[in-house]
Amino acid sequence: MLIVDEDECTGCRACERGCPFEAITIVDGIATINERCILCGICVNLCPVHAISIEREEVETDLSGWKGIMVWCELDADMEPREVVLELLGKARSLSHTTGDEVIVALPGPRGIERLGEGLIAQGADRVICLEHDLLKGYTTDAFANVLVAIIAEERPSVVLMGATINGRDLAPRLAARLGTGLTADCTDLTIDDEERLLQTRPAFGGNIMASIITPRTRPQMATVRPRVFRSPPPEESREGVVEKRGTTLRRSQVRTRVVDLIPDDQQEMRVEEARILVSVGRGVAKRDNLEIIKELAELLDATVSSSRSLVEMGWMPRSTQVGQSGKTVSPRIYIALGISGAVQHTVGMSSSDIILAINRDPEAPIFKVADLGIVGDVEEIVPALIRRLKMEGDQPPMTESSM
Amino acid sequence: MRIAVLVKQVPETDSVRVEVETGTIIREGVPSILNPFCEYALDEALRLRGAMKEKVEIVAVSMGPPQARSALMRCLELGADRGFLLSDRGFAGSDCWATALALGTFIRKRLGGLDLILTGKQAIDGDTAQVPAEMAEILGIPQVTGGERVDVDGDHVMVTREIEEGVEMVRSPLPALISIGRGSNIRRFPSMKDLMDAREKSLRVITADDLELDTGDLGLMGSRTRVIRVFPPPAREGCRIEDGSDPEVAVDRILDFLEEKGIRTRGRERPC
Repeated sequence: MLIVDEDECTGCRACERGCPFEAITIVDGIATINERCILCGICVNLCPVHAISIEREEVETDLSGWKGIMVWCELDADMEPREVVLELLGKARSLSHTTGDEVIVALPGPRGIERLGEGLIAQGADRVICLEHDLLKGYTTDAFANVLVAIIAEERPSVVLMGATINGRDLAPRLAARLGTGLTADCTDLTIDDEERLLQTRPAFGGNIMASIITPRTRPQMATVRPRVFRSPPPEESREGVVEKRGTTLRRSQVRTRVVDLIPDDQQEMRVEEARILVSVGRGVAKRDNLEIIKELAELLDATVSSSRSLVEMGWMPRSTQVGQSGKTVSPRIYIALGISGAVQHTVGMSSSDIILAINRDPEAPIFKVADLGIVGDVEEIVPALIRRLKMEGDQPPMTESSM
Repeated sequence: MRIAVLVKQVPETDSVRVEVETGTIIREGVPSILNPFCEYALDEALRLRGAMKEKVEIVAVSMGPPQARSALMRCLELGADRGFLLSDRGFAGSDCWATALALGTFIRKRLGGLDLILTGKQAIDGDTAQVPAEMAEILGIPQVTGGERVDVDGDHVMVTREIEEGVEMVRSPLPALISIGRGSNIRRFPSMKDLMDAREKSLRVITADDLELDTGDLGLMGSRTRVIRVFPPPAREGCRIEDGSDPEVAVDRILDFLEEKGIRTRGRERPC
């Protein structure tokens, strides 16, 4: 229940204006809540006189038996850990400095996966638990949920972190529901609060607001994080840790779905969500032939090419390169938007990039609202000029005093 | 065959803005729409109905405040047969888990004999993509998330699904829950006849009492996560706008910028 302290409320309308659900109106100078309220708590934060509170019954639960930070090691098609696993290990390591928790890696995979143990220790794990089974070679929800629920029940970690990859977003909610615990998606920040709880911060409403979330009553505290949100620290070869092998009772009959075919996307050497530099193209590139020039630019900058939805729908770019709401979420070191207007459906997928450079003919294009540098100009003219200059500089190595 | 399509009403995120000085959300004039991914799910159900020989019944289900009724009306106008709205003050404050539990309980207790559950991959207001898989787990049925095309093959379903490495085909026994991640951007306009027909269709409101769940499992109390603070995102410094009508000048600006940000070191120009 939302409670308004009628003695404190000044009728200032801060809550009325700020409520995204039109659930508050000021009646006779007092904030009045209607049935549209979903108890999101935004007004509690907004009220300048702290007149609004949410009443809840506190249930005491014993959470003391849950210790350690567990990271799921997702493997790519080559049976190597995905980059996001290393990024999560770096974050787990820094959280463990606050809590003194052990960092545990759960590593389900096919036979022979033990070989990855030492590398994961160098990246920050104290203990790597290998769960080997031939049914864990490719991803299925049932197989991975079964083995991970078993290992979480055995180890009782306080925190479980998973990459918000396609399969991470499939698996994490399945696990959370089976464990009956809370899960926060796509966190952009994770810290430990004064009560040693995991404070999970994530964007909502298309990135227009940020929310900090806790999992107060249940364990483990589960969170997913998009690739490249955290940076992976360099490996420390001297780090010590333990690699354990654990048996699993997984049976074929427990796995209900089957991947019957995979059509690999060969066109893409580097996945856009893992790229450090992205050159991203939209309708403003004007001609399909211009994509060759864009690719040349990308090569000179050691960048990967991504795209807006429209170019994918026109069949100019492979769908695996699409950035935005119905495509990929990326956060490269720099995002170079060429001829992309920047509708919110696109910007939700790239606004967390470190640096954004946009070139667009339309000075009113919304992409300029999220960019750091905006060039109002024609991509078809500027890109060839940029390529010429980069080549000229590339042909002539930077001169030193002695060579002059 | 019976298909349930689970939908959500969302504010059009395009229009949601935060007032920079106060950190408040500006909601004036923000329209509510049927979440686009949910509409893709409904489109897929309608496509299946068109493609199958047997009769296909499509039931649209939503949970939300009373005005979410309009999202269900849109489903009925587009071709769903019946609608149910879970709406009750008791559901307020539900996180993903509490939402999945309420919807899952409704489906189990009140919608027996479903073959397929279709949902959107995620809702554009929260973007969590968690409710579908949590509900599949609560119902104990298999899931395929981020599906694109769904084809029924006897008592199985075949789903194409985009993954990092390409596109995979997943076969699952029915009943199953499939969340849909892609669809047509073109929004359809129902005809006058569709609008009239929709008004004759059944749209029932379900309350918390109807689900016979403990109050401790509902809404805020039943939620496993708790929002303790909301705030505006860290503001970017603001965009430096440069005129690019002269390409060479624009290139200078770009190279300066890349150097300033440490992306690349610039080769020194040849002294003339």
